[in-house]
Amino acid sequence: MSEIQWEHLEHGADIGVRGYGADPAAAFARAALAMSAVVTDPDLIESRETVEVECEAEDYDLLLLDWLNEIVYQMATRNMLFGCYEVSIDDHRLEARLHGEAVDAGRHQPAVEIKGATMTELAVYRAGDGRWVAQCIIDV
Amino acid sequence: MDIKRFERLDQNTWEIPAQGKMRVSAIIYADRDLLEAMDDKVYQQASNVAMLPGIVGHSYAMPDAHWGYGFPIGGVAAFDADEGGVVSAGGVGFDISCGVRCLLTGLVREDIAPRAEELADELFARVPAGIGSTGRIHLDRAGMDAMLTGGARWALDQGYGKPGDLERIEERGCMPGADPAQVSERARQRQRDEMGTLGSGNHYLEVQYVDAVHAADIAARFGLREGDVVVSIHCGSRGLGHQIGTEYLRLMATSASRHGILLPDRELACAPLRSDVGQSYLGAMRAAINCALANRQIITHLTRQAFDAVFPGCSLELLYDVSHNTCKPETHVAGGRKRELYVHRKGATRAFGPRHPDLPPALRESGQPVLIGGSMGTCSYVLAGTDASEQRAFGSACHGAGRAMSRRQARRQWQGRRIVDQLGSEGIRIRSPSLRGVAEEAPLAYKDVTAVVDAAEHAGLARKIARLRPLVCIKG
Repeated sequence: MSEIQWEHLEHGADIGVRGYGADPAAAFARAALAMSAVVTDPDLIESRETVEVECEAEDYDLLLLDWLNEIVYQMATRNMLFGCYEVSIDDHRLEARLHGEAVDAGRHQPAVEIKGATMTELAVYRAGDGRWVAQCIIDV
Repeated sequence: MDIKRFERLDQNTWEIPAQGKMRVSAIIYADRDLLEAMDDKVYQQASNVAMLPGIVGHSYAMPDAHWGYGFPIGGVAAFDADEGGVVSAGGVGFDISCGVRCLLTGLVREDIAPRAEELADELFARVPAGIGSTGRIHLDRAGMDAMLTGGARWALDQGYGKPGDLERIEERGCMPGADPAQVSERARQRQRDEMGTLGSGNHYLEVQYVDAVHAADIAARFGLREGDVVVSIHCGSRGLGHQIGTEYLRLMATSASRHGILLPDRELACAPLRSDVGQSYLGAMRAAINCALANRQIITHLTRQAFDAVFPGCSLELLYDVSHNTCKPETHVAGGRKRELYVHRKGATRAFGPRHPDLPPALRESGQPVLIGGSMGTCSYVLAGTDASEQRAFGSACHGAGRAMSRRQARRQWQGRRIVDQLGSEGIRIRSPSLRGVAEEAPLAYKDVTAVVDAAEHAGLARKIARLRPLVCIKG
């Protein structure tokens, strides 16, 4: 049975994202995928364009916050949705390639725009089973 | 929430006495049912706010309070700069100056009925809504600076609106003290295509009719009679405000210790009012308030064009425009003397009572209109500030219904198409680019706004004036 890769957390007004992975980079990529899934079904997003981003922060928590907010910024200013993330993390420096396409309201049926990733429930840690977890609540 | 944890001061006032690091007590206004249904996190967050330096009076939560970021949504707190008071990015929120404005149309329900489909199509075609929609106004750097400084007044100068609109907007449509130099390049980039757009989520434009009048004298002063048709617009400062909120939340969270502030919760990110970070945020946040006011003003202009296309010669007059995510300097009596306080309202509406000097002459005797949005397909309310509002929570009231279930639960429970059809059979036309968005915003996914409004009235925060029901809803 395959393990769960990402999930949404319940939050009264908003929604949380949580990604799991063998290392922080994989958990970060899947937290990003969980965020895409707040907007639309990630399977509906085709990889037609690639955007490269990088960020750096004092610790993993802030790196996750900056990473998700970087994606929010790229989605908003490029008018794109991303359905695939390639992430590498060296120390507290992240480099990533975001694959996606321009928003097509008819096909994607985007439910809600993301205002920002928040520090609520913000955490990056290694779970008991050895997998890395990256999570936070996002404001929609 | 376990109500035994509170001291009940009266029927609708519940106190969390100051304990531990709390500098003041916290007060929640709600009836017993609402309080019991409230998230435990509201207790914690209202208590945490009470720990912040320079807080004056109490940390308040309104009847629609729920789990927020640092502050509860529905939180009100005032700070005195002379006492080391702070300004908090979390206490304003991501959607800076999100708010509601209400326009009187001079039409009655019977006028709309035969033209409702046409009106819905006109509005949907003219007002950009939803992800990926763009406005027709693109500002260069100087233009954006002027917008960030001038707010609705700037919009009026550009031809969007009528001179009479300004006095029906808080701060006469222009928040003083905005500093565009504090607005980052990224915030500007996010706003590039978003002037005059509605956004998504719980934002909407609704054509509504007055289906009940609760206080005929004040309703008449507001220009509201049973059967009258109005337009309500709920949206905020768009990408620019979201980006400013994002940037300052991080900056304040990481700089708090430098200012000697021990944060009980990182998300309570704040800075002393008298600090570089605090002043810089105030300048940027006020610019975002102006962005929200300009945005609602442009949407008003587009709404007037749509109405004019269907009802030529029809004139839409602004009843009032309120913001419910702000921090503003205001004069209040606290501790027996008049003081200048910075009042945070996060998911709470200003509710100034009669004769408040900030009210325009036409509203001075009635008190300020307090506009409360409900969910698509249920109802909304117009309240008015009262003499008591000032003493209860620095002249503040609730702001809306609040969600009863998560977006995911809503999506599982309902299908967008069925909701559109069902509401259509009830005479409510829905227009939205996203059926999934409609499902997530289903009427029953929200709490009962009537219970919230009744509790606000019973607690003396504001007075019920009229209830509005939707005829057309444009959803992002």
